[in-house]
Amino acid sequence: MQLIDYLPIAIMAALAVAFVGVSLFVSKFFSPRNPTPEKLAPYECGILPESEPVQRFPVKFYLVAMLFVIFDVEIIFLFAWATRFPDLGWYGVAAMGIFTLFVLETLIYVWKRGALDWNVSRRARYRPVDEERAA
Amino acid sequence: MDGVDILIVVGRVLAVFVLLLVTTIFNVWLERKTIADMQNRVGPDRAGPFGLLQTVADGLKLFFKEQINPSKVEYGMFVLAPFLAVIPALLLFMVVPFGRPFTIGGREVLLQGADLNVGVLFILAMSSLAVYAVVLAGWSSGSKYPLLGAVRATAQAISYEAAIGLSIVSVVMFSSTRAGGTLSLAGIVESQAGTYLGFLPRWNLFPQVVAFVIFFLAIIAETNRAPFDLVEAEQELVGGFHTEYSGMRFAMYQLAEYMNIFSMSAICATLFLGGWNGPTFDGQIPAWVSAVLPTVWLLIKTYAVIFAFFWIRATMPRLRYDQLMQIGWKRLIPAALVWLILSTVAISVRQFGLPWSA
Amino acid sequence: MNLGDWISQPVNWVFTLLALASAYSGVRVVTSQNVIRAALFLVGALASSAGLFLLLSAEFVALTLVLVYIGAVIVLFLFGIMITRAPLGRDVALDHKRRAPAAITSIILFAVLSWASIRAFAGREVTGVGDATDTRLLGEALLGRFVVPFEVVSFLLLAALIGGITLARKDLSPAEEEAREAT
Repeated sequence: MQLIDYLPIAIMAALAVAFVGVSLFVSKFFSPRNPTPEKLAPYECGILPESEPVQRFPVKFYLVAMLFVIFDVEIIFLFAWATRFPDLGWYGVAAMGIFTLFVLETLIYVWKRGALDWNVSRRARYRPVDEERAA
Repeated sequence: MDGVDILIVVGRVLAVFVLLLVTTIFNVWLERKTIADMQNRVGPDRAGPFGLLQTVADGLKLFFKEQINPSKVEYGMFVLAPFLAVIPALLLFMVVPFGRPFTIGGREVLLQGADLNVGVLFILAMSSLAVYAVVLAGWSSGSKYPLLGAVRATAQAISYEAAIGLSIVSVVMFSSTRAGGTLSLAGIVESQAGTYLGFLPRWNLFPQVVAFVIFFLAIIAETNRAPFDLVEAEQELVGGFHTEYSGMRFAMYQLAEYMNIFSMSAICATLFLGGWNGPTFDGQIPAWVSAVLPTVWLLIKTYAVIFAFFWIRATMPRLRYDQLMQIGWKRLIPAALVWLILSTVAISVRQFGLPWSA
Repeated sequence: MNLGDWISQPVNWVFTLLALASAYSGVRVVTSQNVIRAALFLVGALASSAGLFLLLSAEFVALTLVLVYIGAVIVLFLFGIMITRAPLGRDVALDHKRRAPAAITSIILFAVLSWASIRAFAGREVTGVGDATDTRLLGEALLGRFVVPFEVVSFLLLAALIGGITLARKDLSPAEEEAREAT
């Protein structure tokens, strides 16, 4: 790899910044500007906002992000293996298979624990882990 | 590397830039016209021939509209967000080869923004960067709907990105048996040259059809298109993360969205539909026609994918959020993993023989 | 190598820029008054380190940094912020008094890292690794020499997620649920 391969990427990024910057800047000169208190209020379907935006989000979002980190790492490793697939043969397939099965197991665990269920009430989500163990 | 080479590089970048802008203008019109036809309406027909200039008119109108700064915004982040939307959208197409390399005056000219050795990773990286525009817009707006829309959009984007990545792994694995493992899109296109049995093109679509379906569904979700457009579900979230945006700043989000649609469709065509491969009739027709034909093939394939986007939008009702997450995590990702394992084992048996006989 | 040679190479300019950007973002991560802003400066710091990896022609590592850290880990941070507190506005309580232990830790860390990198690379030119970090070589190393750590990583990831779920989802029994709702 040569660093020069990334020159077009850098040029395009600079061009993108220039394009957005110039459009936003020039547009300001041609557009009207008359702010009113109603216009500047946060959008609330035309009525006055009564409460601040939600304070906390459900923890499910966090679990999804965590699961995504794991899958991202998995994908990176899979790419490194996939480019070398024909040379590594069954040995590589086995190594990758063990890795993938662990990730699959993670997914199944999360699934069975109900972390992937949305719009389910707390009570319905309850799984009596201890009772299962006792049975 | 001398002055001419630098000029060629700049020319390539400008070509990609102009291509993306022009196709965006065209695609907005095409979408409105297609959906209008499917719904027995006329669609835009006033501005220019067949209403072709409607998008230009809309853009100009937005250009002369006020850029409102609502009182609760975090100004710096609020203005930064549109930049972060457009930059990855423009960079995404850079790694797609849009024509056969040709030689002119002893120099080889690549018809590709940048031929990176890790093009596939670059695509995934850019689509994960696109998340930041949404998060920043939602957070800096200081308003309910944008914040809700942004958190939803982020969870959606990361869920479906995992599916995109896994389905691309299958393609890379498959093409490494042909072209000697490469993550470069130009290499993946070359590995799809030729035909099966003399008539069926050697596209990755045929051996990797499940990966194709997963990839296609996931890019619809990744570009936030119906039926996965929960991000801007009007009935629930007003406009989603860009509710507080107006004027040119809003236009930037629309621009980025349509650029992403075009780039993702082109990537889909490149990975699964043979890219620019196609009959070029070398020697039978003028040389310049042969040189242009690969680009035409790629555009035709890309527009087939884009048309499917519009078709699905006109057909399918929007999913509920729990359905969206379930399709992502409980259907697409397990399917992608299982398909990867199955196709790996199948190809390995063909390549290396049975494991116990080795 | 004298200063004139050093200045004439564009790579050195890019390195200086990236190093400054990464140092500045690092400082701002610590000094920002707002958690989301701090997370965004962390993105800046990571992006410039990705740039440094590119300079060493380790493009696979560079893009992995963008993909995994910027694309996933920071998003995880952002969600972490969103589930714990109001993500809007300034955070006055974002500072704490225990500066001395923090200073000692960071000085020790800095010393160890500099010592290690000087020991490893002293007197050698680090640039121009060339094709040595080709993705295929990386795949070979990962599944050859480092195959055991590689498999252990998958186990670690599984353990991390089980831990996360156990912490995050304390499922209450219906009786506990009622008691909780009553209060």
